Amino acid sequence: MSTEVSQIEELANKEYKYGFVSNVEAETFPKGLNEDIIRRLSAVKEEPEFMLEWRLKAYRHWLTLKEPNWANVHFDPIDYQDISYYSAPKKKPKLNSLDEADPELIKTYQKLGISLEEQKIFTGVAVDAVFDSVSVATTFKEKLSELGIIFCSMSEAIKNHPDLVKQYLGSVVPYTDNYYASLNSAVFSDGSFAYIPKGVRCPMELSTYFRINAANTGQFERTLIIADEGAYVSYLEGCTAPMRDENQLHAAVVELVALDNATVKYSTVQNWYPGDKNGKGGIYNFVTKRGMCKGVNSKISWTQVETGSAITWKYPSCLLIGDNSIGEFYSVAVTNNYQQADTGTKMIHMGKNTRSTIVSKGISAGKSNNSYRGQVKIIRKADNARNFSQCDSLLIGDKCGAHTFPYLEINNPTAQMEHEATTSKIGDDQIFYLNQRGISREDAVNLIVNGYCKEVFKELPMEFAVEAQKLLSVSLEGSVG
Amino acid sequence: MSNILDIKNWYIKSFESFESSLNGESSKPFHQIRKEAMEKFSQLNFPTTHDEDWRFTNIAPLLKYNFEPAAMAELKTQQTKNFLFENLKGNTLIFVNGFFIPKLSHVKKSNDGIIVCSLANQLKNGSPVISQHLGKYANHREQIFTALSTAFTRDGAFIYVPDNKILEEPVQILFITTTSNKNILSQPRNLYVTGTNSQVSIIERYLSLDDGVYFTNVVTEIYAGENSIINHIKLQEENLKAFHISRTEVDQEKGSNFTSYSISLGGEIARHDINARFNDEGSECNLNGLFLLTGNQLFDTHSLIDHAKPNCSSHEKYKGILDDTSHGVFNGKVIVRRDAQKTNAFQENKNIILSNGALINTKPQLEIFADDVKCSHGATIGQLDEDAMFYLKSRGIGEEKAKAILIHAFASDVVRTIKIEEVKKYLEEVLEKRFNK
Repeated sequence: MSTEVSQIEELANKEYKYGFVSNVEAETFPKGLNEDIIRRLSAVKEEPEFMLEWRLKAYRHWLTLKEPNWANVHFDPIDYQDISYYSAPKKKPKLNSLDEADPELIKTYQKLGISLEEQKIFTGVAVDAVFDSVSVATTFKEKLSELGIIFCSMSEAIKNHPDLVKQYLGSVVPYTDNYYASLNSAVFSDGSFAYIPKGVRCPMELSTYFRINAANTGQFERTLIIADEGAYVSYLEGCTAPMRDENQLHAAVVELVALDNATVKYSTVQNWYPGDKNGKGGIYNFVTKRGMCKGVNSKISWTQVETGSAITWKYPSCLLIGDNSIGEFYSVAVTNNYQQADTGTKMIHMGKNTRSTIVSKGISAGKSNNSYRGQVKIIRKADNARNFSQCDSLLIGDKCGAHTFPYLEINNPTAQMEHEATTSKIGDDQIFYLNQRGISREDAVNLIVNGYCKEVFKELPMEFAVEAQKLLSVSLEGSVG
Repeated sequence: MSNILDIKNWYIKSFESFESSLNGESSKPFHQIRKEAMEKFSQLNFPTTHDEDWRFTNIAPLLKYNFEPAAMAELKTQQTKNFLFENLKGNTLIFVNGFFIPKLSHVKKSNDGIIVCSLANQLKNGSPVISQHLGKYANHREQIFTALSTAFTRDGAFIYVPDNKILEEPVQILFITTTSNKNILSQPRNLYVTGTNSQVSIIERYLSLDDGVYFTNVVTEIYAGENSIINHIKLQEENLKAFHISRTEVDQEKGSNFTSYSISLGGEIARHDINARFNDEGSECNLNGLFLLTGNQLFDTHSLIDHAKPNCSSHEKYKGILDDTSHGVFNGKVIVRRDAQKTNAFQENKNIILSNGALINTKPQLEIFADDVKCSHGATIGQLDEDAMFYLKSRGIGEEKAKAILIHAFASDVVRTIKIEEVKKYLEEVLEKRFNK
């Protein structure tokens, strides 16, 4: 028992690997939120009139809302007037190549292991890197534009493709959706935009890296991905953030639209600063992610590996509107120390013959709490809908908690749905078996945890799968249940 | 809103006349608890669909009526005879509108300290069991319907089995409501207490002789002493216009074994909360449920098993069959507290929807704070297995008949584990009648 405790302590003592601050001059708004700030934000970003109106509508709606308190997380109230709503790296007009970018920025990316050049050369991944709130470099743009694919920052999209933005922004997550989504709609600073035209299969994985940098700046990303008829796109999102003592708010909104026969695959590895071992600091991650399978035979697949953040509040969802559409959700959520995660998914079956799969793997260690909260709803018209849900929890140590809150709402006699959940720990016999074969205790735990998460990892694109496995083994080193 | 306030005031006013009808009883210590509960009742609000625990169960129809606290009513033996299981020769307690009717009941004399009687009787005698257990397990401070029950506590079933005693024959308890053109509120309050190494089986039946609208609000508290065994069967067969809200609270001591069957057939809106708590190690709890819904019925079952101590196990099996535009709700929560290691908790909820328009909300919930545990829950919603249908049809069994066989098989999964043959047989007949038309 004592070795167990010491191992858990060791695990708890692991330093956050990516904690550093890069020195970039940032243009930052004064703290506070009011209509003037929003006007100023919109003006700085040179946005068309409709965007400003939309932001203001969202802000006015936000004022009428109350912060939700139903999630199984606890935190001190957030002072929304104590946040600066815009911070951009010092503006440099028009970047044609990476050489023109701030060398500090490039260094930061190199520390994160995502050197743009390297990626350009070796992986063929187009990176739209978001540093704080403004995109500073975009690669592979030409190659994508040959195929008619639009992949740019949200601000550019608002300027250059206002029709698409007008049509789809807020169509999946309306500004009235929830407290954080309203806030995001009012003040979002930037994000990524992708449009895949009819019949095009995006030849590479699109990816962005979000990074929270300037102190006290809440980040409000807005991502919109549209796959037109018959299109296919796979999108990667990965995050790290520097070490901070104050809690930072991150309230992003991600909207996915899949039209007839289109497929969108969205993968996330989230490794933000989780706070120190006493639960101080860390990112508040309150994200609204939703995909709409609008067309027939469309498919949206969410895969997430959540290891960071002090608090995670995130439910990537699918609205299955088109007949025969498919929604998928694969998740690994790891919590340690005082981390709190309340995450899951919503699958709303509205079309006929719609199918959804949910696989959620929770791992809690230290004094953390890990909750799965999901909803499967099959409405009256959704004939022959099918759902399979599985949520498993693994507990490491006896001071953590694992919770499941699945809501199943079925209103159709032809529906078929199954839900199962289990909770367990790493068995002594399993470890013994591996020890016997000459595998060390540490490796045995890694092996077992990786096996436990395999179902989810296999859904990740190659680059991410490797990173995710590494991340998991780092954060669970030395923990034996 | 003002309407709901009126309803609350209505109950608060009723309490005054209730108090004055208690005569000398109001000087007993328990009356303080009644008064406190009434106080709480006036502070609490009736739940709405904004309350998580009542999210899918809208009780607005219930709040449209001014239910009158029931008065004593007379029935003839002829009228109640049919509802008793003939071959069971044990004690029978019969309540009409929540009042014990000695004339209709049959209680055997016992020399070994076993007490089977009415709660009113025990309240009057100032029994130590009452002061020790009554109102201790059902929380009247947070639940408005429990507060209502506690405030109006007057009568109900009382069973006490002392240490090392076994009550061989099951106790049958009938709760009959006769409405006689009034919308009445019947609030039986039951208390079952077992001592160390004791054993008892209890069958409760709730029904009505006519088809008026009435409201049954029942709270049952059960205390299972060390190593005792309790079998509890609740048959809810109210009429289809009735409102039935019930709460069963179980407190289990070391090594005790509690098994419950909750069969729900009647009521326009019915709700059953069943909560079990382990006070010490080595206990076991089995909760089973079956609900058959038709028409516009709404049935809501909420179960909570609190694994407060290590080395306990719980099994839950709930099945529902929904027809027409009925609505079923299942919420099963299992809490495994810190240090409740070596816990086994299994939960299963299966539902079949037979028609367009039926709706099921199910929410199996696990909250786990200990690592060395085995917990699982499973929920399925679907229709009859096509392969099984095909198998039966290929053997010359018609569509309707095959369907009936499969539904029957689905339901009898719960029914066939009932240990009291008489009840099992009766429920088989109910299923037969319902699905083998």
